[in-house]
Amino acid sequence: MSSSGRLSDIRRQTRNVKAQYVQFEQRDAGHSEEELSIHNSMPSAETLIEVKGLGKTFNGLRAVEAISFSVRRGEILGLLGPNGAGKTTTLQMLLGLTTPSRGTIRIFGLDLSRHRRDILRRVNFSSAYIALPTNLSVWENLIVFAKLYGLSNPRKRIDSMLETFELENEKHVLTGTLSSGQLTRLNLCKAFLNEPEILFLDEPTASLDPDFADKVRSRLRQLHRRKGVTLIYTSHNMQEVQSLCQRLIFLAQGRIVARGKTEDIVQQAEAASLEDYFISLSRSDNRTAGRHGRADGSTTDRS
Amino acid sequence: MWQRIWAVFLRHLYLHRRSPARIMEIFFWPVMDLLVWGFITLYLKTVAVPEAVLFFIGAMIFWDVLYRSQQAISLSMTEEFWVRNFINIFISPLSIPEFIAALCLVGLLKSLLTTIFLAFLAVICYSFNLLQVGLALVPFLGNLLLFGWAVGLVTMGVILRYGRAAEALIWGMPFLLQPISAVFYPLETLPQPLQLIAACLPSTYVFEGMRNVLSGQELSLEAMQTAFLLNLGCLAAGGAFFGWMLKSVRERGYLSRQHLH
Repeated sequence: MSSSGRLSDIRRQTRNVKAQYVQFEQRDAGHSEEELSIHNSMPSAETLIEVKGLGKTFNGLRAVEAISFSVRRGEILGLLGPNGAGKTTTLQMLLGLTTPSRGTIRIFGLDLSRHRRDILRRVNFSSAYIALPTNLSVWENLIVFAKLYGLSNPRKRIDSMLETFELENEKHVLTGTLSSGQLTRLNLCKAFLNEPEILFLDEPTASLDPDFADKVRSRLRQLHRRKGVTLIYTSHNMQEVQSLCQRLIFLAQGRIVARGKTEDIVQQAEAASLEDYFISLSRSDNRTAGRHGRADGSTTDRS
Repeated sequence: MWQRIWAVFLRHLYLHRRSPARIMEIFFWPVMDLLVWGFITLYLKTVAVPEAVLFFIGAMIFWDVLYRSQQAISLSMTEEFWVRNFINIFISPLSIPEFIAALCLVGLLKSLLTTIFLAFLAVICYSFNLLQVGLALVPFLGNLLLFGWAVGLVTMGVILRYGRAAEALIWGMPFLLQPISAVFYPLETLPQPLQLIAACLPSTYVFEGMRNVLSGQELSLEAMQTAFLLNLGCLAAGGAFFGWMLKSVRERGYLSRQHLH
């Protein structure tokens, strides 16, 4: 590529990033300046997660093949891919729920296999596919988890989270009677309870209507900006991913096939949009996936 | 550590507080058992079987201690599968020993409630006073609780590995042990090979000891020590088995898919 071409690319990317931040600002309108400026959300250089050669084999089948990536503090990383791509297995390994077959995971500079509990104190997880006990009230659920995470002033923290996610009026309501939107917000209340430095979110807005999904995204964005929390996000909603994530990792058949900013991935794959790229990735075979992924010349990891 | 144990304990207190079905499990089924065995005892008395038939009521109450303590910890873990809360628990800083300790406490509370209630009813309905066992009650109950926990650990391990398909074991596992624990009959009643197996179970020493004490003999401290040592072995084996299953489940990636089984 010529130097003028590169310059034009950089200018275009800068315009896109600026436009994205303007969009964020507009979406966050209505929240106080103080709320939005307590923490700077721009990623710092500190690496919080470092994954090297991570792989998982189930009964001879490779679910994840020697992937490597790192995540910096304050980043919002989208972990994407079609069904069976290996993103859930990767997430499970990052949470210590599944033992990797090979490779290492270091979080906060600590080896996950040896310091799992120390790490878990500082992270949290929310998914549309897990739930809090429906036969306990909202408050009971949160006080149990507050104690599990060893919070020193759980009542104050719970009240603050309930207020943040607009669940104050449901405090003493049975969890089983909440709507799906309220349940999602309750899951997020639990996920933010210990003020995690890293929050893993597995399709947090799945099963929500667009209005609620937008509210949840807005809350996440706000909390990310206020607290500088690092978010690892999986979703099948490409618009959501595009609006929220600063960087993406695309997985297909257990391998990283693309990584980088949305616009770079779309451009380098010569796709019309992120969704278009996702669809083509889902429909392509392993070889095609590899070709798409190597669009930036450095994105396919192989064992 | 205690705060995390208390958190899990509290979670089950909240659950039981508003669940008549779970309260029924503590009181209703044991009472039904007591009534059946109590009336059988009364009938046997009328057909001139010696007073020793009162052993049945004592055996039934003691059996329930073992059964409830095993069931309480297995059910408490399975409850987390049922409500899809298992991952939330396992990605918290709660350690496995803390989790097990909390479930054992739940088992202890449930067993105590059942025992006190049954003992009270036995006095009223059948003039059977459990306290006549005296101080021997402490090692009897203690050993049965420990054995219930050990069996519960094995049950939890199997459920963890095989998921909902193995849930029937929660109720079935203790009944595998009942015939060879000499619960309702003396050890000599069993065939020789089964007597050897029974001698390896801590529960056998408790039920044999209970019959001896109720018939006026002294409590054999040696037998209680043997039961306690066997219990330590059973708990270690149960813990190791649970740990092995947990490791296997983590390697197979089943931990996060338990609700799908």
